[in-house]
Amino acid sequence: MATAPDVTRNPFTQTESPAVGVTIENLSKSFGTFEVLKDISFAVKPGEIFVLMGPSGSGKSVLLKHIVGLEMPTAGKVTVDRRDAAAEETREHVRMALVFQAGALFNSISVYDNLALYPREHRIGNEASIREKVMHALQILSLENAAQKFPSELSGGMKKRVAIARALVMEPQLMLYDEPTSELDPVMGATISEIIATLKDQYHVTTIVVSHDRDLALNIADRVGILMGGRLVFLGPPSELHEPKDPKVADFLHPKIDLQNPRFKQLET
Amino acid sequence: MRQLNNILEGFGSTILLLFRSIGYLPSLPRQFGRFVEQCYLIGYTTLPIVAILSFFIGSVLALQAGYSMQNFGAKQFIGSLVGLSMARELGPVMVAILLAGRVGSAITAELASMKVYQEIDALVTMNIPPVRMLVMPRLAAAVVMVPVLAIIANLVGWFGGAIVSKYTNFISIDPPAYFAALRRFMEFKDVANGLIKAEVFGLGVVLVCCNIGLNTRGGPREIGASVTRAVVTSLILILVLDYFVTKALM
Ligand SMILES: Nc1ncnc2c1ncn2[C@@H]1O[C@H](COP(=O)(O)OP(=O)(O)O)[C@@H](O)[C@H]1O
Ligand SMILES: [Mg+2]
Repeated sequence: MATAPDVTRNPFTQTESPAVGVTIENLSKSFGTFEVLKDISFAVKPGEIFVLMGPSGSGKSVLLKHIVGLEMPTAGKVTVDRRDAAAEETREHVRMALVFQAGALFNSISVYDNLALYPREHRIGNEASIREKVMHALQILSLENAAQKFPSELSGGMKKRVAIARALVMEPQLMLYDEPTSELDPVMGATISEIIATLKDQYHVTTIVVSHDRDLALNIADRVGILMGGRLVFLGPPSELHEPKDPKVADFLHPKIDLQNPRFKQLET
Repeated sequence: MRQLNNILEGFGSTILLLFRSIGYLPSLPRQFGRFVEQCYLIGYTTLPIVAILSFFIGSVLALQAGYSMQNFGAKQFIGSLVGLSMARELGPVMVAILLAGRVGSAITAELASMKVYQEIDALVTMNIPPVRMLVMPRLAAAVVMVPVLAIIANLVGWFGGAIVSKYTNFISIDPPAYFAALRRFMEFKDVANGLIKAEVFGLGVVLVCCNIGLNTRGGPREIGASVTRAVVTSLILILVLDYFVTKALM
């Protein structure tokens, strides 16, 4: 994709809706006796791009699920646009889209129908305008040829792009991505970063991205949070990531491959 | 104690699912395509096997009746015996059992896989109620199709009985005599009772199978476990309901 996606003339988010903020107050979450999130607090401002990083298993996906109301806090509170995220009505008032880590595409229907489901079910526009929206979203993610395919016929990276396209069609006010670039080639990864930044610049979409992609974090994030062992160990602008004070954070961001003293051997002793 | 708890919980959530589905009934016209698709699926997957099984059940009923009645000279009642047994009991129960095995298991497998692969979560975040889109059209289709299947089962079963009655040498009753007996002791009420039973069983089976599918937790292995549980629960439910509905309709 040589040219940057032409999001200006796109039909997404033409409905003017004010951006929404997200607050997380003393959030803790346990599964049984296993505490995944430990007393986490931060706020994402309306229209901000917040990038959440952290080792796998640190609870990033669980945190995103709290924001869309798929998980209930054990303690603490999450609000979206000052409404309780755990309440069902919140989704009636705020359009949120979550790009799941594994895509979560509807396997029994085609890619086109996956994208068209939201506007059809919510009766937004006629079939012609839905078609325009869907085809435009597919085009942005270089998926025009996949429209009639089924999810089982797609590669991992394609599924991820379909999931992003499906979220774009929803014209969300709050967009959450769970590792959007993890299975993509570098150019497509850059394209996704551009899309995220463009949506924010032109349409003021509040965005939370879970990602290990340092380029993405450094280039488009307004702020970065790092989650480790269920705690927020870093919160600040991406510029501070160049020289982090915490040695654990430094090792996470710039791991050195040390063949003389490999990490897996350190664990044994 | 925990098991009792599970049973009560399952019972409660199934009833809740029924009420929520009824609440979404007004969206049926707009989901007409899905409804028709489910009707087709129920009919298409169960009709052949319903026909084959009811033919043989009707046949074996006539055979057994003829065998035990030959010494009493009561052979002319074979038609009524086959007619009543099919209409009041065996037709509805057989349709419900086949529905559980063919349609119910498929419903649970599909919904459980949607749950495990987060498709249900995706629907929830898109503010599309899974019950409206996935459960209500299936229930409505069952309500329409199950009585149709039960009527077909009755007709084929009666017909099977007639053929056996004619061509078995220790019975040899001609079809006109067989059907005359069938009509003589059977009232419309008997057939209607059977259809009501079929309707209750069909609704129960689809509800249970949807509920177990939607409440699946864990990974792919749990999909199989859910299907087994859905079919076993459905079979128990059919036989328990059979007693109570029969009693209530007496
Ligand atoms: N539904 C669940 N039940 C039990 N444990 C869970 C559940 N979901 C996540 N976990 C656990 O929570 C931890 C964090 O998971 P997750 O948020 O997916 O990590 P990541 O940061 O890689 O996205 C993991 O140890 C995982 O095993
Ligand atoms: Mg994750």
